[in-house]
Amino acid sequence: MTEITFIEHNGKEHKVDAAGGGSVMEAAVKNNIPGIDADCGGACACATCHVYVDEKWLDKINPMGSMEESMLDFAENVQPNSRLSCQIVVNEDLEGLVVTIPESQG
Amino acid sequence: MNDNSQIIIIGAGQAATSAANSLRQNGFTGGIKIFGNENLAPYQRPPLSKAYMLGDTNVERLQFRSLEQWQGDDIEILPDTEIVKINAKEKFISDIDGNFHNYDKLIIATGSRVRKLNIAGSNLENIFYLKTLKDSDAIKGHMVAGKRIAIIGAGYIGLEAAAIARKFGLEVHVLELAPRVLARVASPELSGFFERLHTERGVHIHTNVQVAGFEGDDKLNAVLLGDGTKIECDVALVGIGILPNDELAKDAGLVCENGINTNSFAQTSDPDIYACGDCANREMGDKRMRIESVHNAIEQGKIAAAHIMGAPMPKLESPWFWSDQYEIKLQIVGLWNDATQSIVRGDMTQNKFAIYHLDSENHVLAVDAINSPPDFLVGKQLVFNKTALAPEIISDIAIPAKEFLKNIV
Repeated sequence: MTEITFIEHNGKEHKVDAAGGGSVMEAAVKNNIPGIDADCGGACACATCHVYVDEKWLDKINPMGSMEESMLDFAENVQPNSRLSCQIVVNEDLEGLVVTIPESQG
Repeated sequence: MNDNSQIIIIGAGQAATSAANSLRQNGFTGGIKIFGNENLAPYQRPPLSKAYMLGDTNVERLQFRSLEQWQGDDIEILPDTEIVKINAKEKFISDIDGNFHNYDKLIIATGSRVRKLNIAGSNLENIFYLKTLKDSDAIKGHMVAGKRIAIIGAGYIGLEAAAIARKFGLEVHVLELAPRVLARVASPELSGFFERLHTERGVHIHTNVQVAGFEGDDKLNAVLLGDGTKIECDVALVGIGILPNDELAKDAGLVCENGINTNSFAQTSDPDIYACGDCANREMGDKRMRIESVHNAIEQGKIAAAHIMGAPMPKLESPWFWSDQYEIKLQIVGLWNDATQSIVRGDMTQNKFAIYHLDSENHVLAVDAINSPPDFLVGKQLVFNKTALAPEIISDIAIPAKEFLKNIV
């Protein structure tokens, strides 16, 4: 299990244990984190699981695919550290990962 | 609503999950019970004809949350428990074992069931429908190179299964009554694209054909068409649409017309009973619509929860859908049916393009995006705002889709 902290737009923190091999989005859904709707269930089709990744982990997470990049180009409130959490694969290197949920998903 | 309030949800799919989660997120502290008629925790159905059938995901990942995780949020999941009656006057429901469960608010999220074919030979072995995890597992067991599959119905389920069957090396026949594939859900231009795509990948598409019967001794060995043609096959998958599960609601005296009628707050004709998802015929502007999609299920679950809690209504979105076939990701936003013009943006032969559907005043009613997320995400905003956009601007790929957003007034 890998500990991940989700921070809601209003600052409320949620620490959860995420299963290795699953996605950060799945960890959010399994713990009912507000703001991660994940309508498409991880098919990279909806951009409703957008998060900002704390910079300390940016180079540890798996790189972006072209579909994700393209979706993020057009999502709301995008920043350089934006990712779709359904595309971030959980592994031990991500222990302590912190992600923040954008205002548009608040 | 207080600590002693009881909310019961009948059904354990996407709408039920959304409603339960939203109730907790909106601060509901009373009891929540979810009654399901399958033997596992609520799970996602879309992957059953996509990633799950391909073997790219597993049951654990299909389930939104494990039973323990539901318990952690104090939400009681009662799997394998069929509900047989709603007593709206006394506000309780009865399960098949004769137990009563009282509610303060009831949410009906019973979903839909597959439409069945009742023709000669329907009871033969190896004829399948696809609705549940069990169904998907059973079909997957036949996805073996060299086998022959007849897919009856060229809707999303049928075409997604056809793509998977080709990937596993089966001989695939798709049999469709209408003159084109996806006739009920997609524009003619989009149908044409998918028909060409599947044909290129070796699927035999037969449109304008009626299925008259199944043949075989015990096991299926052919599908018989209305004109006498036989399509030899080892297995058949029937995907000819769904019917809303509205019988409990009807029996309880709730107003139902093609599903359970709900107002814009997801309330039925009984103010303490809500309905969400495939089973609900929701009010949308001046019409009623029963929308079969994940987005609709999630949105209505959120609306019901917000209304019960007196919380602000969620931000509504235009209806949207997606499908995965081969390496093609289709994303559709809006409803194209009232469109008078369809404008193609990009090159259809490159498997990367979009179709914008406009009314006679150039308002964007729907966008089909094929491997083109920008058109989908821009389209979401254009459709929601019913933005007017000139056809010659849409077809000009030198203008980035982002520029279209400037036309939103």
